[in-house]
Amino acid sequence: MTRQREAVLVTGIGLLAPNGAGLERYWAAVLEGRSGIGELTRFDAARYPVRLAGQIDAFDAAEHLPSRLLPQTDVSTRYALVAADWALADAKIGTDDFDDYEKGVVTANASGGFEFTHREFHKLWSQGPGAVSVYESYAWFYAVNTGQISLRNGLRGPGSALVAEQAGGLDALGHARRTVLRGTPMVVTGGVDSALDPWGWVAQISGGRLSTATDPSRAYLPFDAHARGYVPGEGGAILVVESAGAAARRGAPHVYGEIAGYATTFDPPPGSPRPPGLRRAAELALADAGMAPDDIDVVFADASGVPDLDRAEAEAVSGLFGPRGVPVTAPKTLTGRLYAGGGPVDVCAALLSFRDAVIPPTAGTTEVPEDYRIDLVRGAPRPGPVSSALVLARGKWGFNSAVVVRAVPAP
Amino acid sequence: MTRRVVITGIGVRTPGGDGTKAFWKLLTSGRTATRRLSFFDPSRYRSQVAAEADFDPVHEGLSPLEIRRMDRASQFAVVCARDAISDSGLQFETFDPGRVGVSLGSAVAAATSLEQEYLVLSDSGRNWLVDHASLSPHMFDYLAPSAMPAEVAWTVAAEGPVTMVSNGCTSGIDSVGHACQVIREGSADVMLAGASDTPITPIVVASFDAIKATTARNDDPEHASRPFDRTRNGFVLAEGAAMFVLEDHEHARRRGAHIYAEITGYAARCNAYHMTGLKPDGREMAEAIRVALDESRIDPTDIDYINAHGSGTKQNDRHETAAYKRSLGAHAYRAPVSSIKSMVGHSLGAIGSIEIAACALAIENGVIPPTANLHEADPECDLDYVPRTAREKHLRSVLTVGSGFGGFQSAMVLRQAGGARA
Amino acid sequence: MPQMTLDDLRRLLIECAGETDDDSLSGDILDKDFTSLGYDSLAMLETAARITTDYGVPVPDDRIPELTTPRAVLDLVNTAANTSS
Repeated sequence: MTRQREAVLVTGIGLLAPNGAGLERYWAAVLEGRSGIGELTRFDAARYPVRLAGQIDAFDAAEHLPSRLLPQTDVSTRYALVAADWALADAKIGTDDFDDYEKGVVTANASGGFEFTHREFHKLWSQGPGAVSVYESYAWFYAVNTGQISLRNGLRGPGSALVAEQAGGLDALGHARRTVLRGTPMVVTGGVDSALDPWGWVAQISGGRLSTATDPSRAYLPFDAHARGYVPGEGGAILVVESAGAAARRGAPHVYGEIAGYATTFDPPPGSPRPPGLRRAAELALADAGMAPDDIDVVFADASGVPDLDRAEAEAVSGLFGPRGVPVTAPKTLTGRLYAGGGPVDVCAALLSFRDAVIPPTAGTTEVPEDYRIDLVRGAPRPGPVSSALVLARGKWGFNSAVVVRAVPAP
Repeated sequence: MTRRVVITGIGVRTPGGDGTKAFWKLLTSGRTATRRLSFFDPSRYRSQVAAEADFDPVHEGLSPLEIRRMDRASQFAVVCARDAISDSGLQFETFDPGRVGVSLGSAVAAATSLEQEYLVLSDSGRNWLVDHASLSPHMFDYLAPSAMPAEVAWTVAAEGPVTMVSNGCTSGIDSVGHACQVIREGSADVMLAGASDTPITPIVVASFDAIKATTARNDDPEHASRPFDRTRNGFVLAEGAAMFVLEDHEHARRRGAHIYAEITGYAARCNAYHMTGLKPDGREMAEAIRVALDESRIDPTDIDYINAHGSGTKQNDRHETAAYKRSLGAHAYRAPVSSIKSMVGHSLGAIGSIEIAACALAIENGVIPPTANLHEADPECDLDYVPRTAREKHLRSVLTVGSGFGGFQSAMVLRQAGGARA
Repeated sequence: MPQMTLDDLRRLLIECAGETDDDSLSGDILDKDFTSLGYDSLAMLETAARITTDYGVPVPDDRIPELTTPRAVLDLVNTAANTSS
């Protein structure tokens, strides 16, 4: 006998993206086609072969946090803390709504607090061991955002940090849902990344997938015949998820939607004749949601921008949904790939597409090869009712994660 | 019917333990594997003691290609995974790869390689604008270490859920707990679970020096890790790894697998108190213990042995002593407690898995490893910490705990296989 | 070795650990407990390390718990400065 599982709802969102600090600013920019990609300004990048990034400018997280948090936090942690503040405020979690053990935290991280640790490495080797800060003991490890969000907000339930490059953000949401279903009524979840210091930057270059194009509007063109890699960015999103019962009991002011299904798979080893696992991840997530491909209104694609990977994703989507069987989109061309932040930001975009009955386009991409057989939304946003979405994310070396989100009918 | 999770294969690499047998021999002997730090010149550092594994990747069967591309922590993980796989007797080729997953813990992942690369790219710290011309092609993987769990997945061509759990010093217990949840919910039938960390590199040593968390007992490295002892003064940084084959119990039983132990309960809580400090009352660790016992459907009095976090810092050992009293009541005074960090040091994200291995082997052999170097307990640590000598005892239920920066507090219960559930 | 003024110490504390929002470092804080000013043991460890690197004054482990007030820190640094040749 299968137990009817309670719905896990998204009741609060805090988002920071290169084209918008804040959920509504980001969404307006996405619908208006405003990009956050430009020349790197964080440091003098003139000597490097790649110089385009999605940077969060005109927003200083330091202004939104107590000064005592500043010496001990990397920029990615500052973003995460601000996003968590915004998410919890958005959800209007009251001080008496939950006991401290009823509130958990699951975040994803791809690169940790990298700029912070770069500074510490620099101090160690240029000045000596005594120059290393006390905060290095926790400011850069992958769990730092989970720890600091827990500390700042008194969240004493289960806490975890997951690492799977760009797939991790969806894994965090999936594990947060698992945690709610296992009995923790509210979980703060999501992912935020930033590695825009010189060392983090060259490290990203060494991955071999960054676009070397110099025109910001033509650099990151997923599914385009001229795709030549991706542009990296910084930022992400933190979401409040809670059980439907908890949301109803405390009178949550709004519900963005439901995290209805989640699955993750791993590709066969390089050189194996077996197929990659993205399609199976999507199928398993759909099955988890109790839905069929026909029930899905839009796919928010991983959109790697690397031709082979685009082709593999197109194959997975057209195979599962039929040729041009579902609208596909990737608003991430306006922000760059946000690593652990990418999946959560896509989920937020999906949730807003339900609210505003519009699918955002994939800016920049114009010429999709015929044999991809996907209906990529390009040019203008596509209006029309949207009540369910499949969100995909892949992590380097073979991670495939999928989340199904759907609208919750108003009571 | 809830699925049950059992351990059917173990692979371990620790200081003084280049395999599961050697590891167990070290633990039961009460000898320590802590020594003067030798991986680099420690003379400018406050703590000059470490627990280093004598690990030869060539001797361990890694190919030149693997050695070149894999950070040391990945090498440890893969070697341990291969041992666990062979130990389990599972014929992975006959398996649906989609039903096999990985859950790997690590706190600092590729820190060793990061530092090596940094010295080249920055010209030993001279240049903030690092040089991209001498970039290693693996630098991306040191920045974003998703390659680590991938390498473990490739040992069996796993295509199920693959994750890296990175919760600081509780990574090793949390990664195994995570794997149990994945098996229980039916997303996999077999998980390669465990953890690896190889953090003995200048930046990590310096960062613990800065907060004075590591011992500065440099004149006596063999006795420097002294959990619960009155004269303890910090932990000994270590490296190591442990990997398990975790299986759905029914599946293991059907194939007649050798079962070390069943994992019956796991819980994690955060203390939301301080990123590095601990409250003396141990409240949140006690709650994690309570929930793990609850999930196992056992009482505190059923606990036959507690494998402690026992890092050997002043604050930790008092914190967890308080947590035991709070969660187990009077039984805290009866259950033997020991810390193997006294012998193999504190390998950050890896140690939680290494301690689970110790618990499984303790159950299997009916022997409790001692707390080495314990001569005079801290008056505030007044439990039975099994000082210096291993103790024979039939063990049905064992509790292991972990505590880490960021406020993580975790607890897990292992029970003898075939033990009746209440 | 340079001398340290109270303003120097204020700046150093803020660099090491920020400041609490109620502007607790203003006014006469010479004999105020650091804990009451919002600086925990981690903040004091960082401050002690900076005293060594910026002012050349070594601070042994067992001295750190004794640095409970700004006056104690200034005494430590300026006594060492005065006695250095």
